[in-house]
Amino acid sequence: MAALLDHYFAMGGYAVYVWPAYAIAVAVLGGVAVQSWWRYRASVRALERVQRQLEPKP
Amino acid sequence: MISRLANPAQFMRVSGAVLPFLAGLAAVVLAVGLVWALVLAPPDYQQGESVRIMFIHVPAAWMALSVYLLMAVASAVALVWRHPLADVAAQAAAPIGAAFTFVCLATGSLWGRPMWGTWWVWDARLTSVLVLFFLYLGYIALVNAFDDASRGARAGALLAVVGVINLPIIKFSVDWWNTLHQPASVFRLGGPTIYISMLLPLLAMALGFALLFAALWLVRMRTALNERKLRALRLHRMAEPRSRPADAAPPGARPAVH
Repeated sequence: MAALLDHYFAMGGYAVYVWPAYAIAVAVLGGVAVQSWWRYRASVRALERVQRQLEPKP
Repeated sequence: MISRLANPAQFMRVSGAVLPFLAGLAAVVLAVGLVWALVLAPPDYQQGESVRIMFIHVPAAWMALSVYLLMAVASAVALVWRHPLADVAAQAAAPIGAAFTFVCLATGSLWGRPMWGTWWVWDARLTSVLVLFFLYLGYIALVNAFDDASRGARAGALLAVVGVINLPIIKFSVDWWNTLHQPASVFRLGGPTIYISMLLPLLAMALGFALLFAALWLVRMRTALNERKLRALRLHRMAEPRSRPADAAPPGARPAVH
């Protein structure tokens, strides 16, 4: 099993090219996704806060 | 369809309903595509396992071009018809397009080293894609360079439209000039020359990237509209510090922002 996995991760000798390529794709696209989501959540919260302040006090 | 989504309130309603499905679908298709590309697809008979880089490099390149085209069309609509969502759409697409272009360049370099024997070569294909990357960055910088947001949007839109010239140069660079880069093997006259066992995972990854783009694009457009509304509300409050704005929503009818 371990030998099989070693063989797989070696990528026929191209491991140093294949894995960084996938790592870069995941890091860059994942980074954009996370940044987009955080900024979206922040905008939703800020808008809710301002709208609550605009409502008349009961 | 387009005209029904034309006003920002309608857009927020529809995009809010669509977004969870789009994001879920993107995650599923990307997971399937990754397993297919990294495990199930066969190694190439000449390139061996290094061909697996193709499954991210090529879809990233397709996205880099299509997102730019989308951004340029939205910019043209913004310039000609002053549509209220067009600038938002173009500006939301730019960082995602830049990310795909960067992924295309980086993975291409990592593929070029073992296959061509070099990380980089200043030939027409690689250089024109690098220019595309700088067009994205230039657009983002230009949009944010003005104190007056509408002037920034206008300048950026002009750059995006003019930059469209670069797209056919990228597409046909492999036919017009000598290059290390291989010619098209999927979108070509006479049909794809790539074998079906590699074409299918390639298309799965391409669909995954497209869905991911669509989801992120909607998220960023919604963020921009929220922030625009926030600025308007704050200005309003500054103008009338002691009284409730006359046109504010009545209590209990807070507009949906999710």
